[in-house]
This record gives sequence, structure tokens and C-alpha cells, in this order.
Amino acid sequence: MTDKIHSGNAGKGLSTSGVSLMPAMDTSTASGCGCGIDPNQNQDQASTYDRPGYTLCHWVEDFIDTPEGPVPRVQTRLTMRDKAVTAAVRCGIGRHQYAVAPGLYAVGHPDAGSDVLVTANFKLTFDHLRRELEGLNLWILVLDTKGVNVWCAAGKGTFATGELVHRVGDTGLDKIVDHKRLIVPQLGATGVSAKAVKAATGFRVIYGPIRASDIPKFLKNNRRTDPEMRQVTFGFMERLILTPVEVQIVLKPALITVLVLFLLSGIGPGIFSLGSAWARGLTAIGALVMGIVSGAVVTPMLLPYIPVREFALKGIITGCVSALALLVLHPAWTTGAASGLALVLFTITISSFLAMNFTGTTPFTSPSGVEKEMKRYIPVQLAGIVIAAGCWLYGAF
Amino acid sequence: MKDFRHYEAVSTLALDRDKCVGCTLCTQVCPHQVFEMRDRKADIVDFDACMECGACVTNCPSEALSVNPGVG
Repeated sequence: MTDKIHSGNAGKGLSTSGVSLMPAMDTSTASGCGCGIDPNQNQDQASTYDRPGYTLCHWVEDFIDTPEGPVPRVQTRLTMRDKAVTAAVRCGIGRHQYAVAPGLYAVGHPDAGSDVLVTANFKLTFDHLRRELEGLNLWILVLDTKGVNVWCAAGKGTFATGELVHRVGDTGLDKIVDHKRLIVPQLGATGVSAKAVKAATGFRVIYGPIRASDIPKFLKNNRRTDPEMRQVTFGFMERLILTPVEVQIVLKPALITVLVLFLLSGIGPGIFSLGSAWARGLTAIGALVMGIVSGAVVTPMLLPYIPVREFALKGIITGCVSALALLVLHPAWTTGAASGLALVLFTITISSFLAMNFTGTTPFTSPSGVEKEMKRYIPVQLAGIVIAAGCWLYGAF
Repeated sequence: MKDFRHYEAVSTLALDRDKCVGCTLCTQVCPHQVFEMRDRKADIVDFDACMECGACVTNCPSEALSVNPGVG
């Protein structure tokens, strides 16, 4: 994502209205070269705004002139390309390098009286915001949050008072608008002190709704949030969409675990048997996969329906169900009591650990609560792994 | 979010009502409706919903609120 021409003042001083790149070309010579390209058809938006060394972002409509230079006007409809990359990022691909340039943007045809929405420079966040702004005339002030969403960035101190104050000054916002209001998403409040922003810039922070989809209603409501706009939700789809990244995060450690499982499974009466490593190893990997699915996919999906509060315990419950299902379905698991016990324990422990890991993704656990849970369950999970490994080895003899 | 609860009584959130100036900002920024205004001052009405995000503390103009989670 290096195609950025429009970081707030990158184009300062350039006049973009009616830019003509070159004097009219002699079309007869161009079409006579045999390349089959009619230069007149290339006078599209992209070439109008071309600058050496820059590429225009495909989601920029055009530029509007302001006292502080041209400001890119963004589309409110997502293209197939935006949606495809969103899907990839939701699977953890390129998730950490998906950013837009910080600075000022526009949607619709804003003027000096139009409201300013503040957001993060994670492209997923930016897309999520602009697609809800169809038909509205607004400014969007994008803070440099290093490609992280608003809430996480507010917690990490990048969506913060200092960056907001800096960005207001950097874009010359006070010369572009004639009011003193900044609409900051409520979840940004963790990092932004309204009082400090007012003292440093004169702008008054108004906390807007949590969800971008409530923005049109919030604006009609005289910039007031209803109680439901201020309440975080964590519905089934909201949880489901997070599970691919949960799985992607464990892929690397899982691969290392697979190697260990093969090694461990080869140990037996003949010291080490390749055949046994393969056969028993595959069975153990089955338990690993079952534990990952159970802890990182099933537990998040069924989160409110598992009737205990501790995540690690939720994972133990789903892990038990998964392990019992495998015992019934997979006859190899029942060849010996020790091996069977090892596989069941292993599945449950992996499930419990990954379910506990999901506390970091949910919007309702407190750091103090997570610390308490980890202190309580990490010893249990360690014991589970050690006993499972012991039983597995014992089962080979 | 009443369906989603973790441990009870673990949050380190503390409110000094004597310092509260009644600006209502904490009721606006809290994502879990922990606060309500009572007698023109903020009051904690749902302590166990607190996730220690710190939004109220960052925005409190009179330092009436505090939250001090450990390393997390």
C-alpha cells in the first residue's frame, strides 16, 4: 500500500482544479504509431492527477480546493478490490501493513461549516467509515495509528491527544473549517482527553457513536448519541468474523507442535520407529487440530451459550465434547487406555489455552480479570500437557 | 452486553464522588454503561461491567476517577 498522493498536505500548493498534464497531443501521429492506443481515451481521472513518483489511490474520486491546498475526496462505495483485500486481511494476510496516509480527506462536498470526523489510518477502519457516509458532506481527519484500528490504537497510545493535536495543526484544519468541533469515535476516548485537545487547539471534542453505521443518525440527532450508540456489542457475526485471525495466529506454533508430535510419537520399544512416528504422529495431529478448532473457532462462536464465565473453562468444556466426538468417530484413539487418555487430555488442554487466548480479542474482559484467569489456569494447562505427553509415551510401550 | 460477563469484583476502577464536577463525560465515553448521573454527580451503577479501558479516567476533568490494572 504505497500508493499515496494525498497525505493531507502532500499536495500543498498544487492547484488540482482543471489540471492539464500536457498540451493537447497531435492524435494523428500517436495513432499512427501502431500501438493501438488512442491517447484521447487515456485522459481519465488517474492521468489527470498523476504526479511523478505517485500513484492515485483507486478510492479517491478527485480533489477539492481548500485554503490549505487540495484535499482528496473519497468514494463512499467500496470496490471489488477493497472488498477482496478486506477478506484477506480478515484472514490475517497483510493485516499489519494495511494503512492509508494520515491527513485530511473529504466525502461529498464539504464546506467550512461541515463536521470533521476523526478516525484511524487502518484501511479496514477507513473503508468501514466511508461506506457509511453516502450522501453526507464531511471532512475526515485520519490520525497516524500505524495501521491499527481506533480502539486498539487508543489503548496503545497512538490514537491519542498528542497525535490529534498534531494532525489538527498539520492539516491547517482551523483555516479549512470555521467551527471548532471534532467528532471523535467514542472508543477513541481511551486515548484522547477532550479537555487537553480543547486547551491545545481550541477544538471541542464531541464523542460520536461507537459504530460508523450510526453516524448519519447521530448527525441528524444534533450530534448526540443515544444510549444504544454508546454500547459495545459482541454478536454472533461479530465473533465469527474474528475467528480466522485467531486460527492464523496459532498456525506457526502449531507447525512447531506438529514436528514435536512426530518426534514424540516415534519413541517406543525400538527406541525410535519412523513407522510409529508417522502413524501415531498423525493421530496426535488429529487431536491438535481438534483442539485448535474447539478453542479458536467453536468457543468464540458459542461464547455466551457456554454457561461458565472463565474462558479457559469454556475451552475445557468444548474440548471435552470435541475429544469425546473423536473417540467415538476415530477407532485409532481407543487402541489403548493410556494413548486414549493422552489424546483426550491434549485436545482439552489446547482448546482451553486457545479459548483463554480469546480474552484478548473480546470487548468486555478487563486486564485485571485476564490476569486472574491466567494465574489460575496456566498451571492447569501445563499439567495437562505434561500428563498427556507422559501418557502418550507410556502408551507406546 | 449483560450476556457477557467475566470475573466479578476484579476491576481497579475507583470513583471519588467528592471530586466529581458533574460534567457527564464518563457516562458518554464508557462502552459498558458503568456510570449514571445521580444527584448531579457520576455514580458507578454496574461495577462488574468495567473492562478497565481507561476512557473515563482519560476524560475526567477533575481527576475523580482512577483505574490501575497491572501488566494485564
